[in-house]
Amino acid sequence: MRIDGARDRWAAALFASASLMIMALPLLMLVEVVGAGLPRLSLEFLYAPPMDAGRAGGIGPMIVSTLAILAVCLCAALPVGLGCALYLAECVPAGSRAARALGYSLDVLGGVPSIVFGLFGYRLFAIELGLGFSILSGGLTLACMVLPLLIRVSEEALRATPPSYRQAAAALGLSQGGFLRRVLVPAAAPGIAAALILSVGRALAESAALLFTAGYVTRLPDSVFDSGRALAVHIYDLSMNVAGGEGGAATTAVVLVGLLTLINLCARRLGQALHRMQRA
Amino acid sequence: MKACEGAAPAGITLDEVTVRYGAHIAIERASFAVRPGELMALVGPSGCGKTSLLNAINRLSDLIPGCTVTGNIAVGGRDVRAPDTRLTALRRQVGMVFQLPNPFPLSVAENLRFPLREHGVSNRDERDRRTEEALRAVGLWEEVKGRLGQPAQALSGGQQQRLCIARTLALGPEVLLFDEPCSALDPLSAGVIEALITGLKGRYTILLVTHNLPQARRLADTVAVCWVSEGCGCVVESGPCGVLFERAAHPITRAYCGGEVG
Repeated sequence: MRIDGARDRWAAALFASASLMIMALPLLMLVEVVGAGLPRLSLEFLYAPPMDAGRAGGIGPMIVSTLAILAVCLCAALPVGLGCALYLAECVPAGSRAARALGYSLDVLGGVPSIVFGLFGYRLFAIELGLGFSILSGGLTLACMVLPLLIRVSEEALRATPPSYRQAAAALGLSQGGFLRRVLVPAAAPGIAAALILSVGRALAESAALLFTAGYVTRLPDSVFDSGRALAVHIYDLSMNVAGGEGGAATTAVVLVGLLTLINLCARRLGQALHRMQRA
Repeated sequence: MKACEGAAPAGITLDEVTVRYGAHIAIERASFAVRPGELMALVGPSGCGKTSLLNAINRLSDLIPGCTVTGNIAVGGRDVRAPDTRLTALRRQVGMVFQLPNPFPLSVAENLRFPLREHGVSNRDERDRRTEEALRAVGLWEEVKGRLGQPAQALSGGQQQRLCIARTLALGPEVLLFDEPCSALDPLSAGVIEALITGLKGRYTILLVTHNLPQARRLADTVAVCWVSEGCGCVVESGPCGVLFERAAHPITRAYCGGEVG
């Protein structure tokens, strides 16, 4: 597109600056966190338990707790989320009353603050279901929290697949199950992987909901019924409650960012592998 | 020999068929018959309900919200809208090829093996045999035999269309519905598809929707001319190809087939 006149050039420069700022913001954040946290990062920091309320020692138990909470969250959210997304994309006509009602519920649920999910999870999982402060309570609460995002993004990925696939499958008299398994889900796999990445990002960054459900005991959990402190909760605790804990918080943040990047890479690879496997 | 085992070609009979989308009538009271092994060309301007008729025959119209079909449609003497009709069996019996090639995002071979597996061909050797037979029947085997594991979408448009025809033939249909199968292809690829359809004549009952009147004249045994009258489609005349192109009874058919309108 051509850009004519001084006003257009100014507008283009303004939009370009805004885009640069958007790109610079996460970069600045990363430089700040890595600059503050990297000097203390060592292999021992990754597996040692914390000492002196987190001022010294490492974050081994927190990494284990975080991964366990994440595993519970994904085990619960993935089948429910993908099932709901498939139902919305394949069984409910777009624009129908059912689609609108379901979409509205998901949007409302997606806008609920995480602290409210924390209180809900505490009441339902910790108290009513008797799971107490545990990895299980925390993971299930996070699953409820990430479901709207997981469903919406997966649904979009499924709807974005070419309608010609459905047309061909119907004309060939293929079963819906076979079509979903062999064609639709693998074709939407990169988009579903993106949904997974966004959900994992949201779950890993969460602290408020976990304070009420997974607790913040710093010891290594023996099972999912034990309480455990997630990395985000550890960062919050060191920053807000422990004098002189800022260094440990920054190093934990570096690990959290690293973990998130690693999971993003794995999910992307998984999506691509599924896409490739489909063609074989 | 047929590409893959199927019964003898089945005839198609449409009697007073009307297709509606909500309150809009796409085509009204269409009646014609295609004898077993015959190729009928369905011609007429855009929007006169030709594709709607095709979709009603294999009941793809069931999937369109608000679409209703009335009248009688029989394939091989059986009412396709009878309550005991199994859609998977009907769509296996009545294959369909669309205007745009629509291979699955699978490998060339898997595009044929997967539907065969879905239709109960559980033996791998049998699937491979039928895949090769169908690819040979559309003249694609020599071109793709070295890259059966490559993505089907890497093939050219014409090859993709032949792959889609092979995928349909592999299931052993009795009737083939072609919905403008050449209109999205370059003239060379269109020529290959046309030659392929000529080769299929007699072994399958074929209903071919086309806007290309010379193509209809070259390929068809019989022709049905559709037209739009007062906002809804109708079949104005049907009969042997030579008769319709040379001494049609209806003035619209004479004008349309003579290239004066449309």
